[in-house]
Amino acid sequence: MQDLLYFSQQLINGLTIGSAYALIAIGYTMVYGIIGMINFAHGEIYMIGAYTALIAITGLTALGLAWLPLILIVALLCAMIVSSSMGWAVERVAYRPVRGRHRLIPLISAIGMSIFLQNYVHLAQGSRNVGFPALIEGGFNFSADGAFEMSLSYMQITIFVTTLICMTALSLFISRSRTGRACRAVSQDLGMASLLGIDTNRIISATFIIGAALAAVAGLLLGMYYGSVDPLFGFIAGLKAFTAAVLGGIGSIPGAMLGGLILGVSESMTSGYLSGEYKDVVSFGLLILILLFKPTGLLGKPEVEKI
Amino acid sequence: MAANNYRHALFCAIVTLIISFPILGFNLEAKGINITLTGATTSTIIAVILAAVAVFVFQAFRDSFMVMLGKLPNLNPLAGKEPMEQSKRVKLESWVLTGIVVFALFWPFLVSRGSVDLATLVLIYIMLALGLNVVVGLAGLLDLGYVAFYAVGAYTFALLSQYIGISFWMALPIGALLAGLTGMILGFPVLRLRGDYLAIVTLGFGEIIRILLNNWTTLTGGPNGIGGIPEPTLFGMEFGRRIKEEGNTSFHETFGIAYSGEHKVIFLYLIALVLAVITALIIRRFMRMPVGRAWEALREDEIAARSLGLSRTAVKLSAFTIGAFFAGFAGTVFASKQGFISPESFVFLESAIILAIVVLGGMGSQLGVILAAIAVTILPELAREFSEYRMLIFGAAMVLMMVWRPQGLLPMRRIHITLNKQG
Repeated sequence: MQDLLYFSQQLINGLTIGSAYALIAIGYTMVYGIIGMINFAHGEIYMIGAYTALIAITGLTALGLAWLPLILIVALLCAMIVSSSMGWAVERVAYRPVRGRHRLIPLISAIGMSIFLQNYVHLAQGSRNVGFPALIEGGFNFSADGAFEMSLSYMQITIFVTTLICMTALSLFISRSRTGRACRAVSQDLGMASLLGIDTNRIISATFIIGAALAAVAGLLLGMYYGSVDPLFGFIAGLKAFTAAVLGGIGSIPGAMLGGLILGVSESMTSGYLSGEYKDVVSFGLLILILLFKPTGLLGKPEVEKI
Repeated sequence: MAANNYRHALFCAIVTLIISFPILGFNLEAKGINITLTGATTSTIIAVILAAVAVFVFQAFRDSFMVMLGKLPNLNPLAGKEPMEQSKRVKLESWVLTGIVVFALFWPFLVSRGSVDLATLVLIYIMLALGLNVVVGLAGLLDLGYVAFYAVGAYTFALLSQYIGISFWMALPIGALLAGLTGMILGFPVLRLRGDYLAIVTLGFGEIIRILLNNWTTLTGGPNGIGGIPEPTLFGMEFGRRIKEEGNTSFHETFGIAYSGEHKVIFLYLIALVLAVITALIIRRFMRMPVGRAWEALREDEIAARSLGLSRTAVKLSAFTIGAFFAGFAGTVFASKQGFISPESFVFLESAIILAIVVLGGMGSQLGVILAAIAVTILPELAREFSEYRMLIFGAAMVLMMVWRPQGLLPMRRIHITLNKQG
């Protein structure tokens, strides 16, 4: 019983982190699915989302607003607006001019953008980490015979529910709306879609905006969950989310969700049963193994190279 | 058209405000457990608004700006002229390189200790950048974990000197060979991957090695690092005031001159200089050898190169190994120069700086990479008040380079033959 409780605790922690990774991974996978490039600066957009949310929360609290759901919703909206604008601007400035060139050129441009944004926040907000207030406290506790307590906090439930809402909304958007249909068409064949009268530039911008908005949601959630943010906050999370995207099969949206959850669980199992210091090693190791043995990921389609 | 332009311009200006105002306009300050929000200074807010206005004006009159830019007299006087003749250009380049080396040989005796120390660091960066240039510039393999091999070189020397008491001159080849071996072992499985996946995997390897160094406390000392790494000796002569090891003599006593701390710094600088020159010469040779041509062929068109019978794995692996080898070289010198190393020195940012050097200098071009290494290391030191903007500028420069001049400031020119026009 004791072991089971411990195991379920790790599982819950893993699923919490994993669902947030999945939100970030959507941004990587959608961009890759459409223009075939790794948006290296996506982690920074997530970090900017977290910072904006924190600024909004602090500002609203200082203004005397006390009703928690309102604070959170306003902060979330602020973070989504700022991150989406950032995503749009990054695509416009750094990716659109180099689109279609040799594969490495957009990637180097993206790395440059990532360094730029990291230092932009670093210079504006300082390099030290800033505490994120724990707004949602408490939770359910389960215990077998008192020794080990398994807890499911309200924060974790918030993360699950928010992720679920976002994912459902995204799936509906992609499958039902006009823009969503255009997104699918562009990811299947960009040239053909533009011949059929789809404004591909607009669709690509829309992809960046959607990815950035979801990253901002993840930024608020994980910022609150971890309790602090710093300018390097996005780098590792971005890598993890990229791993999740690759794990699930890059370009596939359900794959990103699945990959995020698997990565989150394997990470928390490592820190629960081995050592917390090596959890990053495990996720990078996982990434390397997948790329070596099954580069298409779990749900991805194989890429055919045409001459 | 005009109305559309204004609408777009207004949109861009609003986006500029949205992305800059919240982050720049408010400062989060931690006071105890509470966080307070303070507004930024008026000048920052004015700057943000000015930036938005500038974006609006530029976007609104974009077309006329572009026309004006086209009419500007060309600033590059060489732009319209025929490129210099091949043989002349090669000669000029080697003269310039020789000139730099000769100047570098005598220079440390004229300047202060601090600048010589900085120059040693520049030379280490030159070695690193030349090595990465082989991998990224010539073979077209984007390696984002290059700093891992640098770490292998540095830690090899540090650990061997700590446990066996090995000297710098023994450690130099061992460190470089081990780094090269690591490159080969890591490279073997991953080189099948396509360009951007390779970049991420090497990044993952780099992080794994750093995390291992950080956490394997019993061997590497973890975040505390390893200290007391010996300095290089000249034929058994030590540069310290007192002799540390039995059987060695001291430099200042042998030559009967007064002890000076500068001897050591200059000696280290000269070693770094010699090694950097050796690195440059060896890589220069490689570039002209069949394997060098194979690297470029594979970079340009993998399918065509393979159909001509080049072994993809062998060619890529050789580039990867050689790059790693020179990183190990640089790492050993770095360990010896600092006397102390810790995982702090081998973070991803370091890889990014080296990559920025290669990209700015012009991928594949040796002279370009050397000049870029000098510029990137020295400029932040000269403009101290701007030094905190260093990485910001690097990032922006990388993006701008890719957009406007992906071939770099001093692009590589392939050795080629031009046929004379008939008649």
